[in-house]
Amino acid sequence: MNNGLVPLEHYLLLSGLLFTIGTAGVFLRRNLITLLLSVEIMLNAVNLTFVAFGRQFGTVDGQIITFFVMTVAAAEAAVGLALVIGLFRHRESLNPEAFTSLKW
Amino acid sequence: MATEQLLFYAFAAVTVLGSLAVIGQRNPIYSVLALIGAFFGLSGLYVLLEAPFVAIVQIIIYAGAIMVLFLFVVMLLNIPREDAAEWDRAHPMYRPWPMRIGALLALALVAQLGWALTRTPGISEAIGAQSAGISDVGELGRVLFTDYMFAFEVTSILIIAAMIGAVILTRKQTHE
Amino acid sequence: MFDFVTPQLMVYAAIVGTVFMGLQIGAAVMVYAERKVAAFMQQRLGPTLVGPKGLLQPIADIVKLVFKEDLRPKAADTALFLAAPVISVAAAYIAFAPVPFGAASTFFGLLDEPMPLLISDINVGVLAIFAVASMGVYGIVLAGWASNSKYSLLGGLRASAQMISYELSYGISLATIVLLANSMSLRTIVDAQAGYWFDFIPRWFIFLQPVGFVVYAIAGVAETNRAPFDFPEAEQELVAGYHTEYSSMAFAMFFLAEYINMITVSAVATNLFLGGWHGPFLPPEYGWIWFLVKMAVLLFGYLWLRWTLPRLRYDQLMSFGWKVLLPVATINLLVTAAGVLYFGY
Repeated sequence: MNNGLVPLEHYLLLSGLLFTIGTAGVFLRRNLITLLLSVEIMLNAVNLTFVAFGRQFGTVDGQIITFFVMTVAAAEAAVGLALVIGLFRHRESLNPEAFTSLKW
Repeated sequence: MATEQLLFYAFAAVTVLGSLAVIGQRNPIYSVLALIGAFFGLSGLYVLLEAPFVAIVQIIIYAGAIMVLFLFVVMLLNIPREDAAEWDRAHPMYRPWPMRIGALLALALVAQLGWALTRTPGISEAIGAQSAGISDVGELGRVLFTDYMFAFEVTSILIIAAMIGAVILTRKQTHE
Repeated sequence: MFDFVTPQLMVYAAIVGTVFMGLQIGAAVMVYAERKVAAFMQQRLGPTLVGPKGLLQPIADIVKLVFKEDLRPKAADTALFLAAPVISVAAAYIAFAPVPFGAASTFFGLLDEPMPLLISDINVGVLAIFAVASMGVYGIVLAGWASNSKYSLLGGLRASAQMISYELSYGISLATIVLLANSMSLRTIVDAQAGYWFDFIPRWFIFLQPVGFVVYAIAGVAETNRAPFDFPEAEQELVAGYHTEYSSMAFAMFFLAEYINMITVSAVATNLFLGGWHGPFLPPEYGWIWFLVKMAVLLFGYLWLRWTLPRLRYDQLMSFGWKVLLPVATINLLVTAAGVLYFGY
C-alpha cells in the first residue's frame, strides 16, 4: 500500500460514526443481547482508531493495543452472556426494564 | 478513483450498514449475522491500514469465536423475534419531540467526535517512512513480548478469571 | 485498451481456474474413491456398473441429486435456510486460496519471472486458513437453526461445539510449525523443508514434529466432521443431523463442502509436515506431481480412518478434545519452543 491515498480523517470519521451507532444501539434497544452487540461495535470503533493512528505514526503499538482490547472484549462478552443466561432463567425476559428490583 | 479509495468506501459501507442492521433488526439472529458482516468490513479496513495480522485475528477472535458464543446463547435461549407491538407501545421515549431531540443530540455527538478527532496534532503529516515495517508479524511479536510483557501476562489472568466466572454464573442453582 | 491483459494475468487466471476446477474434480474423485475403498475394506466390489470399473459413478450421483425435488420445510427460516450451504461451500473454497501446490515456475519461459502457484500469497497464510476454517462453523450452525427441527438443531449445535473445541488444538499445532519455520507464509514453510539430512532423509517437519503431526491429523479430522468424529451427521443417531431437512443441490453443496475441507486439510498437512512439492527424481517444475501424490496418501488415510474405526460418542469426543488433545498440543508447543531456543534451529 502506498502513502495515504485515503487521509487519516476519513478513518477517524468512520470510527466516530461507528461509535455513535454503537451508543445509539445501547440507548435505543430493549434487548440485552443487542445491547451487548452494540458494546462490541463501540469497542471495534476504538480498535479502528488505534490501528489508524498506529499507521500514521509508524509504530506497531496501535496494533498491540488492539490485541488487548480484543482480549478484554472477549472476556467481557463471555461474562456478560453468562449473566444474560442467568437473568433469562430468572425472569424469562430479555428486556432490561424487566429487572427493576433494585430501583427505589 | 484509485483502487485504495474505492476499497475504503466499499469496506466502510459494509461496516456502517452492518452496524445499522445490528441496531435496527428485530430478530436477534439477524443482528448477530449483521455484526459478523460488519466485522468482515472492518477486517478489510485493517488490511488497507497495513495491519494484516490484526485483520486475520479480528476474523478469528471476533467473527469466529465471540460471535459463535453470541449465536449459541441466542439459539439456546430461543430468543423470539421482538414484537412490533411491544415496540410501539407507549414508551416515554418514543414520542415525537423526545425522539427529535435525541436524534439531534446523536448528530451532535458525531459532529463532536469528528471535530475532536480531526483536531489532533500530528494528524496531517505524511505517513512516516517507518510505517513500512509495521505489517511485519515478527516485529509485532517482539514488541508485544518485551515492551508489553506485563499487560500480556495480566490479560492471561483476566481470561482465566472470565472463564471461571462464566462457568460459575451459569451453573444451575440446586436448592436443597 | 486491453493492455492490462498481460501474460501474468492470463497465467494467474489459469491458476485460479485450475484450483477451482481441481477442487471440484477432486471432490468428485473423492466420492468415487470413498465408495471403492469402503467396498474393498468390506470385502465387496462397490460401484461397477456405471462406466468402466464404475468410474462414472460420481456423474450418476450428481445427475440424481440435480433432478431431486428441492424441499423446504414450511416453518424454516428461508433466508438462512438457503444461505447456510452457500456459507459452507464458500468457506471451503476460500480456505484453499493461500495453499501453494507447486514451486514458483516460469511455465517454460512464458513469463519473465517465476510466478508462485497459489491464489493469494499473503504473509500470514497459515492464520488465514485457520480464520476461514472457523467461518465454516457458521454454515453448519445456521443450517441446524434454520431447519427449525429438533434433529437439525441438535446436530448443528453439537457440530459447532465440536469444531470450535478442536480448533484450539489445530491452531496450536499450526503454531509449532510456525516456530520451526520462522514464518507464517506457506511458501516459506515449504521452502524451509527443502534439502536432505545425511543426504537421504528429507528435511520434512514430520520428522521434527511427530507429535505435532498426530495432533494436527486428529484435529483436522474433527474439524471436517469426519469419522470417527462425525457425530453431528451420524446417520444412526440423529437421522442425519444438521442436514436432515435438505435435499438435492443444497445437500450436494454440504457434501461438496465436506470433501473440499478434507482436501484442504490434507493439502495444508502436506505443505506443513510433508515437504509440499519437494521430492526426488523430478525437476522442480513438476513438483506438483509429488504434491498430489502426498495429498492422495493423506486422503487415503482419511478414508481408512472412516471405514475402520467406530464412531465416538459425543461426550467422549468433547472430553478427548479438551482433556487429552489440548494438553498434548500445548506441551508439544512448549517443548518445541524450548528446542528451538536450545538448538537454534
